[in-house]
Amino acid sequence: MPGAGISLKSYLLARVALVVPTVLILLTLVFVLMRVAPGNPVSAALGGHVPPAVIKQIARQLGYDRPLYVQYGVYLWHIVHGNFGITITDRRHVTRIIAVNGAATLELTVAAMLVALVVGIPGGLLTGRFRDRPIDAVGRLFGIVLYATPVFVLGLLAQIVFGSVLHWLPISGQASPLTEATLQAHTNILVIDAIIDRNWPALRDVLRHLVLPAATLGLVFAGVFLRLVRVNVIRTLKDDYIEAARARGVRERAVVYRHAFRNALVPVVTVIGLEIALLLSGAVLTETTFNWPGIGHELYIYLENRDYAAVQGIVIAFGLVVVFASLLIDFVNAFIDPRVRYQ
Amino acid sequence: MSVALGSGRQPRPRWLRGGTAIGRALRPIAEAHGFARAMLWSGAALTAFFVVLAIFAPWLSPYGFDQYRSGKELFPQLAPPSARHLLGTNVQSTDVLAQVIWGARTELMVVALALLFALSLGVPLGLFAGYFGGIFDRVLVLLMDAMFAIPSLLLALVIAFLLGSSIASGVLVASLAITIIYVPQYFRVLRNHVASVREEPYVEAARALGARPLTILIRYIFFNVIQTVPVLATLNAADAILTLTGLGFLGYGVQPTQGAEWGYDISRAVADVASGIWWTALFPGLAIVLLVTGLTLLGEGLNETINPVLRQRATAKVEFEATTLEPGGP
Repeated sequence: MPGAGISLKSYLLARVALVVPTVLILLTLVFVLMRVAPGNPVSAALGGHVPPAVIKQIARQLGYDRPLYVQYGVYLWHIVHGNFGITITDRRHVTRIIAVNGAATLELTVAAMLVALVVGIPGGLLTGRFRDRPIDAVGRLFGIVLYATPVFVLGLLAQIVFGSVLHWLPISGQASPLTEATLQAHTNILVIDAIIDRNWPALRDVLRHLVLPAATLGLVFAGVFLRLVRVNVIRTLKDDYIEAARARGVRERAVVYRHAFRNALVPVVTVIGLEIALLLSGAVLTETTFNWPGIGHELYIYLENRDYAAVQGIVIAFGLVVVFASLLIDFVNAFIDPRVRYQ
Repeated sequence: MSVALGSGRQPRPRWLRGGTAIGRALRPIAEAHGFARAMLWSGAALTAFFVVLAIFAPWLSPYGFDQYRSGKELFPQLAPPSARHLLGTNVQSTDVLAQVIWGARTELMVVALALLFALSLGVPLGLFAGYFGGIFDRVLVLLMDAMFAIPSLLLALVIAFLLGSSIASGVLVASLAITIIYVPQYFRVLRNHVASVREEPYVEAARALGARPLTILIRYIFFNVIQTVPVLATLNAADAILTLTGLGFLGYGVQPTQGAEWGYDISRAVADVASGIWWTALFPGLAIVLLVTGLTLLGEGLNETINPVLRQRATAKVEFEATTLEPGGP
């Protein structure tokens, strides 16, 4: 609602309040989706492997024979208490899967985001500053073609070049078997675990395994940041205060670096938030290509095995991550950019 | 209104000079220059190439997409490019060139269907929600935002997974999965645009004149906001192809018996690469990159030419006469 001066506090309160209905709708959506298919989740997962009588018994045990609204109530009650369900095929707690494999995915996505920012932001600043000169054309084409390359194609190429041909880097897994056996799992994020233990050989090994998947996923998104920053630099350079600075006699270099670039970077924070959802999507493909033991890879396997309970729990986890990440991004944005509050 | 021409260009034809509506609409494209122009036309050319492949597949392709023999003679398996199989054959003994050409048809068909569904759902919903507001608007915005929260490939994957067991046609399954992830985008863009246009003076004037809401919507607002749709649709098409090939790579969506799918071909080719067989992965991969690049260039080119913030007009050089200024007087 347009207003002159909604305070930061009321904006934040309103924004937090918005999370509740969003999460509720998300949970309901997933619940409905999972119940849409005919049959019950147990027969879908175990049908054909286990006698029908046992299936019926398991279904009753897990509560799939109760009326839908009862199932819905139980489902919501469990989620609120942090119970995301238990998989049907291998009886693991979904929260356990999130803790172990989710950490691997977190490691991958953070590293990929770093790559995307380090390549994309300077690229965007350069191409925006030198608009329509050769460097702009090359940079933009580079960004476009990279984004056009599916993650699994880029990954395959990387595996061929750096793995099979040059033998520089490992092409699958999160760490070598030796490292996995010797490294203590504190946070399950292997890079951090290796640093905590001061286990430098393990750190080297883990980083070597991280390079290709992170670079592959990150490069694809570098193009997005490049295009965004470029457009913002162009827009900012046209603004009146830039012209005023030039008229005052400020040197072009100072104009560009001190004034234009800083303001052009503000929307990057928002885009990071938007990209989190995309990165998680890309993570599924990257993890499948590089055999990375992340939560996307687990999802793929559970889909193959038609384990609805696992799929439900994992999709909810993904959705919640995105909702809370967006909340965080909106908070940060509200601090940086006062205009946001006046919507 | 004076008309600026790029130096050395022919004067523009009369119909483009601004007398007619279509002339006014197309003028930004004719005035495009520099990189924007290059992008627009190269993107259009690449896209057109694949559209031609898709439409004329039965005539252009040497073999069917699942054809593994001609007559009594079986095709060789994993054969390198040769005269009979220009791009080689894959592990199922089907011709790679045929897979690429028929694949173009599958990709474009699915994406066209998906865009059609998404636009028919997202645009009207966005228009009504944006204009009438109220509880309808709030509920829809909440619903669409919740859908945004689920990463798109995951959502498409889950939907393809669910629909795959009840719907036989893989093309329809893939289209529906992709539709559902793009409806929120069109809805959001349209709704926000309509909400801001709604406050414009000319709409208020129409309301004061007593125009019915539906008339206002159709005559004033629709044509105003529809300008953003082509750019969005083209860029979404590029994204949709990536999602579709991603689904195919994971084994969902269009099944190999129903049509050629580039992502699926690449998933089969992963094992080949280790043995030094490059043609089964390279050509489908190249096809994906080229088509998506073409669509993106087209979309970005359109954006640069139509979007007033980024648009640059071609200008003629003006020669000033040399003058001398005497101090103390004009």
